[in-house]
Amino acid sequence: MNGENGITDVSGFPEPPFEFETKEGRTVEVRVYKDEEGEEKEDDEKGDRAALRQMYDEFDSADRAQGIPPVREDALERWLDTVLEGINVVAWCDGDAVGHATLVEDERLDAHELAIFVLQSYQGEGVGSRLMYGTLAHAYELGVRDVWLTVERWNHAAIRLYRKTGFAVTMQESFEIEMATRLVKQT
Amino acid sequence: MKKLLGIGGSDDSLKALEHTLSRAAETGDELVVAVVENPDSAHDADEVAEHVRQKVEEHGEVDAEVVRLEGHPGSALVEYAESEGFDEIVLGGGETSAMGKIQMGHIAEFVLLNSHVNVKLVR
Repeated sequence: MNGENGITDVSGFPEPPFEFETKEGRTVEVRVYKDEEGEEKEDDEKGDRAALRQMYDEFDSADRAQGIPPVREDALERWLDTVLEGINVVAWCDGDAVGHATLVEDERLDAHELAIFVLQSYQGEGVGSRLMYGTLAHAYELGVRDVWLTVERWNHAAIRLYRKTGFAVTMQESFEIEMATRLVKQT
Repeated sequence: MKKLLGIGGSDDSLKALEHTLSRAAETGDELVVAVVENPDSAHDADEVAEHVRQKVEEHGEVDAEVVRLEGHPGSALVEYAESEGFDEIVLGGGETSAMGKIQMGHIAEFVLLNSHVNVKLVR
């Protein structure tokens, strides 16, 4: 069982790709991000990066966290360049990206920083939690063990989810709360 | 306008120094650069003070005074700004994590919450 102790057991988490039905009855698929560079695309098929770009163009700026995703187009492209170097998992519904989880390695800390974004019209349906479980399960298989994140104090729903997933608070003297966990897989 | 720039040597504070010197060159603002002891900084106060003096010299048209403030950096800045009649405190606006999230420094958080003088964060 996971819960607030700084250890996350990923053994019960589904590995992407997987599908689930949201509380609103929509079918959402969770898949690992695919770098489509050089790949041929059908006309009606959107590449993963283009789909993410479209999701962030529609993103409500009230849901930004500590300056990300950036609003300005050039800054957004640079930010995508940075995070897409890391581990990325995307939630899809009807051919559109509706959620994105990303893990970026900080070599100084030997740890991965986690961020999850869900399009506003899909929030409250369990997309964020499924994205996180899938991302952590996938990351574990890639050898990731230490994961940390920061979350704004007032984002109670997110803090509750992180606690439930095993994240423990490591710093709370600042405007944002820092939380961390270690991934394990119990057999 | 009379501005107090607080600098402890973190990257964002060095950026704020560049920005503020260029601004002062344009506007003719009166500028005092206060070097504080930032325990999170990779550079000690002597190095930072030397760096500031060099940068001020490079901006020959700006007549900026450099002072050293001892003790708790946030409270030293606020007290100095209020007792010396400054209009604005200028600080670095935070570092960014690998992910690109803005993380504000402890000095900036303290000054924001305690200062009665306007505070400017340089991004």
